[in-house]
Amino acid sequence: MPNPRPEVQFATLEQQTEAAQLGMWVFLATEVLFFGALIFGYYVYRISYPDQFVLAGHDAKLLLGSINTAILVTSSLTMVAAIELVKRGEPSRAATMLFVTAMLGLAFLGGKGYEYFEDYQDHTVPLLSFVLKPREQPVVELFWMFYFVATGIHAIHLSIGIVAVLVLALHARHGRYSAAYYSPLEVLGLYWSFVDTVWLFLFAAIYPIGRA
Amino acid sequence: MLLPYLISWLLLLLLLGLSVLTAYLPLGSFHPLANFGIAIVQATIVFAIFMRLREPPAIKRVFACAGFFWLTFLFGLGVIDYLTRAH
Repeated sequence: MPNPRPEVQFATLEQQTEAAQLGMWVFLATEVLFFGALIFGYYVYRISYPDQFVLAGHDAKLLLGSINTAILVTSSLTMVAAIELVKRGEPSRAATMLFVTAMLGLAFLGGKGYEYFEDYQDHTVPLLSFVLKPREQPVVELFWMFYFVATGIHAIHLSIGIVAVLVLALHARHGRYSAAYYSPLEVLGLYWSFVDTVWLFLFAAIYPIGRA
Repeated sequence: MLLPYLISWLLLLLLLGLSVLTAYLPLGSFHPLANFGIAIVQATIVFAIFMRLREPPAIKRVFACAGFFWLTFLFGLGVIDYLTRAH
């Protein structure tokens, strides 16, 4: 195993790790504003047209959405487990955990794809296949616009995360990380959990809407 | 070492269950508020435990708060626009 040394601009490995994490946090701050604006827009219309948004939300697939949320939350757990394993000096078991994390991410995407298919059959896809149901007004299409834009952008983020996790899993398998050096894992863990958090807000906005 | 993560994971799933439950409760206009509130609690757990904001160095927390600081401006000015607009 190579003896990890900091890059020239850093005095110690700890300093390098800290700088890398702060870099990720800066990026995540821009993501907070990006998704924040999107979600803010949603709530403006939700509050302006409460009854219509409730009608639209009836057609959201609550069961699929809930299962997917559970999958994603679990993937955050396996991600931090991988980091803990590397810290303990078990990089190959960490690689397995990273692989599991990526598989959970893929399972989420699979579930989402199936959900999109059901949405298509339900004619709730703006531009492609959209039919207003009785009592629904055109503003319902806005709900579904938000649904596809928000979940689509989230899925892109998650796909990037899955590829990155798989790359790090390979690196871990080849012994690139040790208890002394695992900074990339820690930084990617931040990204992964953040994408998870974004989903928690999207779930709250889209799925648990008045079925009483 | 893994125990805090396991407890957080269980809490997140419980809160998910609670959020699903609210769908069937007649909360009326409090509905969005309830679900958004649950999401905020969940996000706090993820940020503090999974993203290790509860651990030092504290500078991480400053960076993490920066995004939400500017988000309050975005929400605040946005809300003012909609509240004062003549319909």
